[in-house]
Amino acid sequence: MGELRLMKGNEAFAEACIRAGVDAYFGYPITPQSEVIEYLMAAKPYETTGMVVLQAESEVASINMCYGAAGAGFLPATSSSSPGISLKMEGISYMAGAELPLIVLNVARGGPGLGDIQPAQSDYFQATKGGGHGDYRMYVLAPSSVQEMCDFVLIAKEMAFKYRNPVMILSDGVIGQMMEKVELFDPIPRRTIEEVEKQCPWATTGKKPHRQRNIITSLDLDQYKQERHVLKLMDKYKRMEEEDVRYEEIQTADAEYLIVAYGSSARICQKTIDLARAEGIKLGLLRAITVFPFPSKRLNELANQVKGMLAVEMSAGQMVEDVKLSVNCRIPVYHFGRTGGVIHTPTEVLEAVKNLLIK
Amino acid sequence: MAMEIKDIIKPENIVYRRTPLLTDKPLSYCPGCGHGTIHRLIMEVVEEMNIQDKTIGIAPVGCSVLAYEFMDIDMQQAAHGRATALATAIKRLLPDRFVFTYQGDGDLAAIGTAETIHACNRGENFIIFFVNNGIYGMTGGQMAPTTLPGMKASTCPFGRDTKIMGNPLKITELVAQLQGTYYVTRQAVHTPNAVRKAKKAVRNAFEYSKHNKGLCFVEFVSNCNSGWKMNAVQANKWMEENMFPYYPLGDIKVPQSEKV
Repeated sequence: MGELRLMKGNEAFAEACIRAGVDAYFGYPITPQSEVIEYLMAAKPYETTGMVVLQAESEVASINMCYGAAGAGFLPATSSSSPGISLKMEGISYMAGAELPLIVLNVARGGPGLGDIQPAQSDYFQATKGGGHGDYRMYVLAPSSVQEMCDFVLIAKEMAFKYRNPVMILSDGVIGQMMEKVELFDPIPRRTIEEVEKQCPWATTGKKPHRQRNIITSLDLDQYKQERHVLKLMDKYKRMEEEDVRYEEIQTADAEYLIVAYGSSARICQKTIDLARAEGIKLGLLRAITVFPFPSKRLNELANQVKGMLAVEMSAGQMVEDVKLSVNCRIPVYHFGRTGGVIHTPTEVLEAVKNLLIK
Repeated sequence: MAMEIKDIIKPENIVYRRTPLLTDKPLSYCPGCGHGTIHRLIMEVVEEMNIQDKTIGIAPVGCSVLAYEFMDIDMQQAAHGRATALATAIKRLLPDRFVFTYQGDGDLAAIGTAETIHACNRGENFIIFFVNNGIYGMTGGQMAPTTLPGMKASTCPFGRDTKIMGNPLKITELVAQLQGTYYVTRQAVHTPNAVRKAKKAVRNAFEYSKHNKGLCFVEFVSNCNSGWKMNAVQANKWMEENMFPYYPLGDIKVPQSEKV
């Protein structure tokens, strides 16, 4: 059994980055995620693993530092909260275009604009549909516990290199700020420069006589070449859908009605399932662990079994569109959720199940 | 019997040759532009110091966006203005490498001002090559942060009115004030003599870069005959008469130990 600690979600992410052998973290303070860089500066991994930790002058600078690090074959991580993630989106688009690995944590808060500092899930569109400009996607993991804020760093690392693509951990102020028991995985050493060059023969580590120069760019002025490049990216995202969709089902075997949720909302809905079952309502939960790729195939199968689905998310209704597309409107799909930083209660969700799904 | 080229051109007779570290790709710059010469100077120094395998360059957005097509070294292409952020990360992760950015005035002194100043202020141990021609060349001749007062550009067609658009930004003098910069100089490449001095400055920057004592900043005041609507000769003359008084050439900050 690994080391047990009581930690905030943000701290668990930071500790997991050190233990996962992440090469560099570049960040900028914003509530509710500043504990990530505070934890890293206090832990001083640069004295132990050699991991670079730097507070940049802005979110824009920090994501572009990530670009530089990743272009040299290293695995960078960054984190922010909604307004700061918007600023990083340009850089994320460049990294997707240049096919660079990245772990980016969004501890989301209410919006639009400066919004507030309460937890929200209203960055779903931004996270799953691209977010920046151009045809691209991120691989997006949605943790619903502090344990997963730790464990998902390992999955993110694997996916970032498997696909050479940015991976987002889409969290929110609940998961980032709450404290829970975490079992930490054993530290994995950072790669040596020789290992970096072997794993990433495309990286800009300095041109050796035996190879052509390496170039990291997202630019191709020839539109036909650019089209081929985009289609290659699309193949990659298709492969994510075929090989790396992640979800969890709770009491779906006999379910007549289904809640679809992710992250902290899914955590809340687990209680709703218990309340409904106590009243004899056969309610199940599908928790999307990856929101891109979305578990559409499984939802389409479940549409043959359940009478209706309720997308429960802390937003005005974003993921609900993917649920509708997944079932091709064969069964009724509704949305329920508080937004602007308000968290729904299990009983509010149960009322919505009764009012919208069962009627 | 026909003579072979190697019989005609003997090594001892070579006075000029193609720089081996420039690729065969035709330069995308306008005839008369200073970029080609500056590319060449940097690559000559990299070759002379035998550091091709240790040098990583960052291309900006602007006319030199395709610099990586011409320089035969590992390079990254940055988002507009962000070259120094990339260089910061690369140099910190690969401290034994030589890292440089190559940026124009719009990239470095407008959209990238924050990144430029903070990289200089942190004393990052890489080199900034700053090409200042007082105009946005690639997008077709718009006003730059360094466009001179009264100078015409497509977004100030009656000349830069400092009451509306402010004064040209002397960012090189500005970064020289920061403790993090180690070597700051301003050069040009419009005459053979200027080229010789500029090459010395490029060499200095790479040599000082070994000391890891802070950022080396080399500005080249350059021309843009297309953007300035002049021929190459007129542009160089105009540069001498107008740009140099505002942006005087020479060293602005020299390492203490190097002062005579």
